[in-house]
Amino acid sequence: MKFLSAVILTALLAFATGLYGVMPWWSFAITSLIVAMAVHQKAGKAFLSGFTGLFLLWSILAFLKDSANDHLLATKVAKILPLGGSYIVLIFVTGIIGGLVAGLAALTGSYLRQRSN
Amino acid sequence: MRIVPMLVSAISTAGLIITLNTQLPVGGSKTPRLGYFLSPQKGFWQNAESANASHAGEITLSGIKSKVEVFMDERLVPHIYAENDADAYYAQGYLHAKYRLWQMEFQTHVAAGRLSEIVGPDRIDTDKYFRRMGMVYAAEKTMREASKNKDIKTAMEAYANGVNDYIKSLKPNEIPFEYKLLDYQPEEWTPFKTYLFLMFMSYDLTGRGISSDLQMTNAKNYFGYEDFDQLFTNVQDSLDPIIPKGTIYPSPAVPVTAPADVDSVYLGKTNTFNSATAPVVPDKNNGSNNWAVAGSKTKSGRPILANDPHLGLNLPSLWYEVQITTPTHSTYGASFPGSPAVIIGFNDNIAWGVTNAGRDVIDFYDMKFKDSTLEQYWYNGLWNKADIKEEVIKVKGQPDIIDRVAYTALGPVMYDASYKNDNTTGKYLAVRWTAHDGGQGLQTFYELNRAKNFDDYLNAIHKWTCPGQNFAFISKTGDVAMKQQGAFVARWKRQGDFIMPGDDTRYMWQGIIPNEENPMQKNPDRGFISSANQKSTDDTYPYYLGAAADFPLYRGIIINKRLSTMSNITPEDMQRLQTDNYNVFAEMARPALLKYLNEAALDADGKKYISILKNWNLRNDIGEKGATVFRAIWDSLETTIWKDEFEKSKRSLPWPDEPVLLEVMLRDSVYYFADNANTPDKTETLYDAVLTAVQKASAKCKALEKENQLEWGTFKDTRVSHLLKIDPLSRLHLPIGGGVHIINATTKVHGPSWRMIVHMTDEIEAYGVYPGGQSGNPGSKYYDNFVDNWAAGKYYRILFLTKEAAAKSSQIKWRITFNN
Repeated sequence: MKFLSAVILTALLAFATGLYGVMPWWSFAITSLIVAMAVHQKAGKAFLSGFTGLFLLWSILAFLKDSANDHLLATKVAKILPLGGSYIVLIFVTGIIGGLVAGLAALTGSYLRQRSN
Repeated sequence: MRIVPMLVSAISTAGLIITLNTQLPVGGSKTPRLGYFLSPQKGFWQNAESANASHAGEITLSGIKSKVEVFMDERLVPHIYAENDADAYYAQGYLHAKYRLWQMEFQTHVAAGRLSEIVGPDRIDTDKYFRRMGMVYAAEKTMREASKNKDIKTAMEAYANGVNDYIKSLKPNEIPFEYKLLDYQPEEWTPFKTYLFLMFMSYDLTGRGISSDLQMTNAKNYFGYEDFDQLFTNVQDSLDPIIPKGTIYPSPAVPVTAPADVDSVYLGKTNTFNSATAPVVPDKNNGSNNWAVAGSKTKSGRPILANDPHLGLNLPSLWYEVQITTPTHSTYGASFPGSPAVIIGFNDNIAWGVTNAGRDVIDFYDMKFKDSTLEQYWYNGLWNKADIKEEVIKVKGQPDIIDRVAYTALGPVMYDASYKNDNTTGKYLAVRWTAHDGGQGLQTFYELNRAKNFDDYLNAIHKWTCPGQNFAFISKTGDVAMKQQGAFVARWKRQGDFIMPGDDTRYMWQGIIPNEENPMQKNPDRGFISSANQKSTDDTYPYYLGAAADFPLYRGIIINKRLSTMSNITPEDMQRLQTDNYNVFAEMARPALLKYLNEAALDADGKKYISILKNWNLRNDIGEKGATVFRAIWDSLETTIWKDEFEKSKRSLPWPDEPVLLEVMLRDSVYYFADNANTPDKTETLYDAVLTAVQKASAKCKALEKENQLEWGTFKDTRVSHLLKIDPLSRLHLPIGGGVHIINATTKVHGPSWRMIVHMTDEIEAYGVYPGGQSGNPGSKYYDNFVDNWAAGKYYRILFLTKEAAAKSSQIKWRITFNN
């Protein structure tokens, strides 16, 4: 239960920081850290819930943009980066990058909470 | 103690964010900031435009006086209906920005020498190059002069306001893709940027002299004038000029006299200068076709005009189609993102098209300075004070660079001690260019958009100074005309082909040819006019037109040949002519090659390829192998003839143009340069050279055939490249025929950048296509949706609609309303 609510909270707050494109892209690292402090879990689980929250958020958002776009831009970007021109790999990489940042931030949050206890 | 793992994880988090927030060097370039770039809410995913995205909108803006309605058709061409001209240009600016913002800004950054600011220190030389030739100086001067006209000033400002209102409306996540890739932000647009863009076009169409004058000087010094004059002859036996041979020209209003010592001082003088290689050289093939047929030659009895400007093929395209309708006028055509008005197009009464005149309007002068401070130069018998302009070049990630450029009476000193190559030490070369003299900029096109008849056309184009163009014209009343117009230097023979002495006033320009003396033809008996960048007149024209190498010969020959035999012409006939792949150069060269070829001396491969060549239908269609064999043999022959002599020079020398060798072969069989300079004990003839060439070419053809690349389309491998030369954003391997010397002048990276045909029927019947799409966004399906039709030689029927018709048309998909 804790895990699930941490995942959902992480994703929701990250989504909110991304609205209107005004705040820096990494703002979700701060909200993910706060979630991990608020919803206390062990280090491993905290990392995993942060990772999952952002992995899901970013890959689903990317997936939606990509499907509506008939994979046009993602295919081009996946050749530039280079990821062999695969939009699927690009969506996956997008999810992992968001997930890693959020996971590490959540890990930090979990340690912080343990320290302040 | 959990402090250690906490610190470790906090540092890792921060480290990862910093890494993902930095542009990392990879190979020669840099990645985007990956975290930002991949962020679905901020980065590139935001530019993935939905396939069924709406292009409609209701926008309230303060910059307009009354309501403007824009109807977007199914090809995403806007049809702008405004109640006054300024509002129309405001909307055009807004739409250019909405669909082409990155390109508009990038092109003006190139012109202003500001590339390093975006991409870093690699482009400092390119930036210096553009600044030192006086691009910014000339744009400022043109803006000062052109702004004296209130209409132009208003149009430019309204346009800039439209661009800026769009930029202001952009949310950070909505900026175009390339800004995110290169990691920078759009800046404010100004009317000055439009003038910078127009300067870029001047450079692209007249700037070849910047490198060719230096190379020609090298060649003249290396070979001596007599040999040079044979190699780079100004005689073109097969010339069919724009204004037919035999036309009588009045005596010149500007009598030009060459200095008495021109032979010894200028043509014979061997100076030790060696040219620097320019970082960006305008494509030699920058040219175009335009022609028009009078009603006497058409099926409908109404004139038809055709135009296809040949330029570098890029995405986003240089062109953007638009219809502009206001109470003063209604016009349609191709516009430049970055500039108001229509550049090539038509209105209710007339149609016009342009090709490059190719006349030499850039010269170099060898200046004497008192010392290295560049403060005083010797001119007109005394020391003169130079103006020093300090160019501040911003460099991404590095401190600014300050570049001092001295301005003299003969223009900016482009090459000096601070901008040189190994061999230019001690030389000060000033560049004199008609573009430096200002001009009225856009006025010509502003007036053409509104022109009603021949007199309006003539008045409009007489304001045009640089780059010189051949303006083709037809009107509803049946007039057909062609005029070569620009500020052309009244030259004596060979003046300005080489670097000239900068301290001797007799070498200065002696005047600009008056407009009345520029070559023109109206309603000729033959029923058509045409231009394809060939010389505009024969040698009886009283002024020197420039070196023959500036004027391609063959497209003009074949266009005139075809047009003179055609009758009952329809727009479809004009489409077929515009996309014709017949190779008239090969028609003339093939018999010449075979005449000198001893076939018995060839091996089996050689015989096989010669048989392909003989059976070839002389068309450069995509499937023709003969076209590739011909090209391979011809290139190999030029290498055989020129390489031995030319590579002995350590300096950068241009090779003579193709007509030079062909005309020698058609004339006689004894040719000094056929002898291989590397075999002193033997004297090779053209016969030997052709045999060697065919042998080498057949080896090459065999290798190509193995790779399945012998067919012309595969061999030529045409591409339309993104402006940043990024392959995944480009269109590669396009199935399109044509090539150099062919009406369909499509080479690997260059060709017809806009094809237009206008039939002056009561309701105008017009066709157009360009290799791109209306959107500049690589994430839009409208980014490159015209490319396949363009390659296939197909056209779109242009919608030129009244507002009432637009409101009802089934081809109108969206409506944008601008409210004030």
